[in-house]
Amino acid sequence: MSYLQNNRIEKTFFQLKAKKQKGLICYIMGGYPNPIACESIISSIVDGGADIIEIGIPFSDPIADGPVIQEASFRALQKGVTPQICLNLIRKTRKRYPDLPIVIMTYSNILQKNGFKQFMEMAKEVGADGFILPDMTIDESKKYLEYSKNLELASIFLVAPNTSNLRIKKTLAVSTGFVYVVSVFGTTGMRNSFNKFTLTAIKNIKQLSSNKKNISVGFGISTPHHVKLMSNYGADAVIVGSAIIKKIDGNKDGSIIEIQNNLRNYVKSLKAACTN
Amino acid sequence: MTKLREFPIKGKYGKYGGKYIPETLVPAINELEEAYEKIKNDSDFKKELDYYLQNYAGRPTPLFLAKNLTDYVGGAKIFLKREDLLHGGAHKTNNCLGQCLLAKRMGKKRIIAETGAGQHGVGTAMAAAVLGLKAEIYMGSTDIERQKLNLFRMELLGAKVHSVDSGTKTLKDAINEALRDWITNVKDTYYLIGSVVGPHPYPMIVRDFQSVIGEEIKYQIKNFTKTSPHALICCVGGGSNAMGTFFPFLDEKNVSLYGVEAGGLGVRTGKHSATLKEGSEGILHGMRTYLLQDEFGQINDTHSISAGLDYPGVGPQHVQLKDMERAEYVTCNDNEALDAFFKLSKLEGIIAALESCHAVSYAMKLARKMKKDENIIVTLSGRGDKDIDQVMKHRKKYIGR
Repeated sequence: MSYLQNNRIEKTFFQLKAKKQKGLICYIMGGYPNPIACESIISSIVDGGADIIEIGIPFSDPIADGPVIQEASFRALQKGVTPQICLNLIRKTRKRYPDLPIVIMTYSNILQKNGFKQFMEMAKEVGADGFILPDMTIDESKKYLEYSKNLELASIFLVAPNTSNLRIKKTLAVSTGFVYVVSVFGTTGMRNSFNKFTLTAIKNIKQLSSNKKNISVGFGISTPHHVKLMSNYGADAVIVGSAIIKKIDGNKDGSIIEIQNNLRNYVKSLKAACTN
Repeated sequence: MTKLREFPIKGKYGKYGGKYIPETLVPAINELEEAYEKIKNDSDFKKELDYYLQNYAGRPTPLFLAKNLTDYVGGAKIFLKREDLLHGGAHKTNNCLGQCLLAKRMGKKRIIAETGAGQHGVGTAMAAAVLGLKAEIYMGSTDIERQKLNLFRMELLGAKVHSVDSGTKTLKDAINEALRDWITNVKDTYYLIGSVVGPHPYPMIVRDFQSVIGEEIKYQIKNFTKTSPHALICCVGGGSNAMGTFFPFLDEKNVSLYGVEAGGLGVRTGKHSATLKEGSEGILHGMRTYLLQDEFGQINDTHSISAGLDYPGVGPQHVQLKDMERAEYVTCNDNEALDAFFKLSKLEGIIAALESCHAVSYAMKLARKMKKDENIIVTLSGRGDKDIDQVMKHRKKYIGR
């Protein structure tokens, strides 16, 4: 077993499997739409049934993201959201939910600027469980993996529909927590439908992992139907991001209570699709 | 000791370079690397490229002794490597022809590219047109506003131009958007990067295709003098004309190398693009390099009078050369570049690009301190027609003086 066996992520997946449930991973941009509202938004997402929370740290040049998350990053930065504000948000969320797995999604330069080691130590200290870095390849990850191991943080790598089997195996070997399967060719953002290669890719990765790694599928997922589809394909969890940001944006003029209620109900509907 | 010309080693220039990219691009980058390694020493490919470089683009470009400028300064001889005379009006064509031919060999029909000032976009559109490929160019909406003429030129050449409205709406955002397009259409699309930046193997490929500049200088200087050039001076934005000029001379330690970055309104004002001089280590656009960034790792807005130097990153090999003190990187402000623009126009009858005028300006400073029997070569990376509007705003200060 990996060094993460006592980690909240692994525990959560273990419990989900015992309950024969799929996991729901929800993404929120740190400090969005503003730092205070963001805290309440996380609570409503957790209340709605999210199993894992992904907190994005905004970056000026998010090349793996589609228009919705790009815009959210841009606006968060304009409002003065810093990595430190996001770490504080994690600290508060950790206090409120001692067992909730929290992973950070951001780009390598945010870690690089502080030094990977220092930044990861800060993340550990506030209670984060791991990192997703969409521009970090396994080829460049030697030090990142070393620090992840020492700090017992999950290093969650991505696998794309065109990743070769040899490379999938290498990625599975170094990924901890879960493996992030990118469902489509493209950036983050909602899709109306998925192609057959998504199904093939998930099945293939599942098989190559011999059921030893947790497979989470993301990019484009927004409806309970999508959740069912990915679950049927063999995903252990689904990741929903842009759709959540969109719900917040759609409620811009509403009160925070309204946004919270909408999000809670939305997340509930997604989680319901994970359970049967 | 490892020769500098042997880099990249495993995709790296010391600790710089590498491949920091979304996983979807990994197969495409690997495919590119394999294809390039295969054609690199292929004589048929070389022949075909040479054919287009000579008969279509007009190589070799002249090496011209700028006698009037030399006399005016009163120091070392100043030679100009005339990339401004290349088809398309800038050195960009060298790389565009090379990469379009490579794309063709790889069976890719759709070419995408980013452009700042529009020169690389125009180069790509030309190369794609002559080689029968389809080109789509990403350009920031702010840059489109500044360079309307180049937008029309690209469209005239049959390219489709996408206006980019995200972020700062300039070159770095155009690169982001081109990368996103590539992630989406990775199977049939070739991404033609315009400078020595991006994930490995791009900085190497672009450098190799631009090295024709330095190779020609090597034999052309012999027509004038028996010695090697004492100094090579180039402007540096991403750094492709500089890398192409420097590369053949990297291991000749008696040749001094100078890269001139855009000092904008002055490095103290924060409104500049002097990445090597003022930046710090970071990761952007697939590479580990120097970046202009804030204390949190967010990429800064840059400024330069020349849109072609307006980039917050720089080619990773330049960072290695800086660290090893093989090359020296200096800055030249907007005003100094303008001054050089007018001087060169009047003294030599050459209207050079504002980018290149940064190098000319520094050459004038350096020549003054050097002996008369020494020689300096400045790469005139492009012609200045595109800058006329910009320069007109300042003409009162210079004309009739």
